[in-house]
Amino acid sequence: MNVMRYILVAGALALCSLPRLASAEAFITVASTTSTEQSGLFGHILPIFKDRTGIEVRVIAQGTGQALDTGRRGDADVVFVHAKAAEEEFVKEGSGIGRREVMYNDFVIVGPGDDPAGIKGGKDAVAALKKISASNAAFASRGDDSGTHKAELALWKQAGINPSGDWYRELGAGMGPTLNTSAQMPAYTLTDRATWLSFDNKGPLEVVVEGDAKLFNQYGVILVNPGKHSHVKAEQGRAFIDWLISKDGQNAIAEYKINGQQLFFPNAAETQ
Amino acid sequence: MHEDNAFTAAVSLILSGDAVLGEIVRLSLAVSLTALLVSAIIGLPLGAALALARFPGRSFLVVAFNALMGLPPVVAGLMVYLMLSRSGPLGWIGILFTPSAMIVAQSLLITPIIVSLTRQVVEDLWGEYEEQLRSLGSTRLQAIPTLLWDGRFSLITTILAGFGRASAEVGAILIIGGNIAGYTRTMTTAIALETSKGDLALALGLGIILLTITLLLNAAAYATGRIAQKVAG
Repeated sequence: MNVMRYILVAGALALCSLPRLASAEAFITVASTTSTEQSGLFGHILPIFKDRTGIEVRVIAQGTGQALDTGRRGDADVVFVHAKAAEEEFVKEGSGIGRREVMYNDFVIVGPGDDPAGIKGGKDAVAALKKISASNAAFASRGDDSGTHKAELALWKQAGINPSGDWYRELGAGMGPTLNTSAQMPAYTLTDRATWLSFDNKGPLEVVVEGDAKLFNQYGVILVNPGKHSHVKAEQGRAFIDWLISKDGQNAIAEYKINGQQLFFPNAAETQ
Repeated sequence: MHEDNAFTAAVSLILSGDAVLGEIVRLSLAVSLTALLVSAIIGLPLGAALALARFPGRSFLVVAFNALMGLPPVVAGLMVYLMLSRSGPLGWIGILFTPSAMIVAQSLLITPIIVSLTRQVVEDLWGEYEEQLRSLGSTRLQAIPTLLWDGRFSLITTILAGFGRASAEVGAILIIGGNIAGYTRTMTTAIALETSKGDLALALGLGIILLTITLLLNAAAYATGRIAQKVAG
């Protein structure tokens, strides 16, 4: 069949024409969270790391759950996320090795300035959630298995509430889209401070609850297990992890600020 | 970049000759145009063959390709993701989160459009020229190159429809490319990112630039078609 042959040849040619874009430079792929990427932290620290080591870091920004899954499938060399329990599980199941704690920031509850639940100025996150639920004030949940979503669910659990009903809105979206939606509803929501500070469309939203120890948000970094996925760039991945927890890396994290406010607080030394 | 007005944002971005923006535009065009080329090489002959060949299951294929024109990008993205993931059957190639993988995903999205629209064009032309071609001793399949050439001006629209789908698409390349800054970030994924960061003016500004580029490309295709048609008499 003439035509079939033509089609086969055309198909083969098409496949061969795929550009070979593999760069000669050394690079690693890091699955991380939207908060580290969208706050601009990576934009600040990665050029410094590249300058020191010549290694380019390609960041895929996802929710913590999805980022861990990307690592689990072997599609990243390093994961850099914030959900301690899930991270420890990731190591325990053999998907990752050598988890190190890098830095922390904190979560804040933001909500409409007119404060329908009357929680403004409070420090107790659990008490605030109880009030939101009791007053049926709108609350927007990430609902996407991200680190922030896991933290939110843990708070509801401590409040002894199984959130459901018209007022509780699961968006299934990233932090930015959730803030966009919350500003329009308007609704209360839990956000990490870094994303909040770098977010430009705040509308009527403002920080209503902050400073609770329960709102502490620890970031950890894990090498994807090269014993499980042999293509993982263990040496360069480890170099990135070592740099993050080194004095140089920790300084780079500390000096990143938006409007004079420090976004992430390095704590690798205290936690190891 | 914190302009309040999308047009101001768009204009100041262009005027600043931003290198990052230039790279994003270059990658967007490279990915979409390469995917378009791949799809055209596969889709034009396949569509013409589908119009003219008679075999059992042909109707099923016609309906299938028509339906695939509506393949949701996010589904195409997920399928390619599962194939190309290190844990997937084609993981050994190691091209997930690269522009090459984005081209594969977009080709999957555009090929059905090119196949279906080409099939329609060629079917209509065959209806018109069947007797003439048969009197010249041509069989249905031998008529494919003739009819593709004859329908070239209508097929430009087919190609443009394919390009439109590719350049406007975000669902597939976001999953497949990972929206990596400076490597797999395109116009549409950058727009999605700026929207999530709440910088709506910058997002819309990028949208205006994307639309302008699309408009210019379409104008160029239209003008080329008109001139060629005149030359062809």
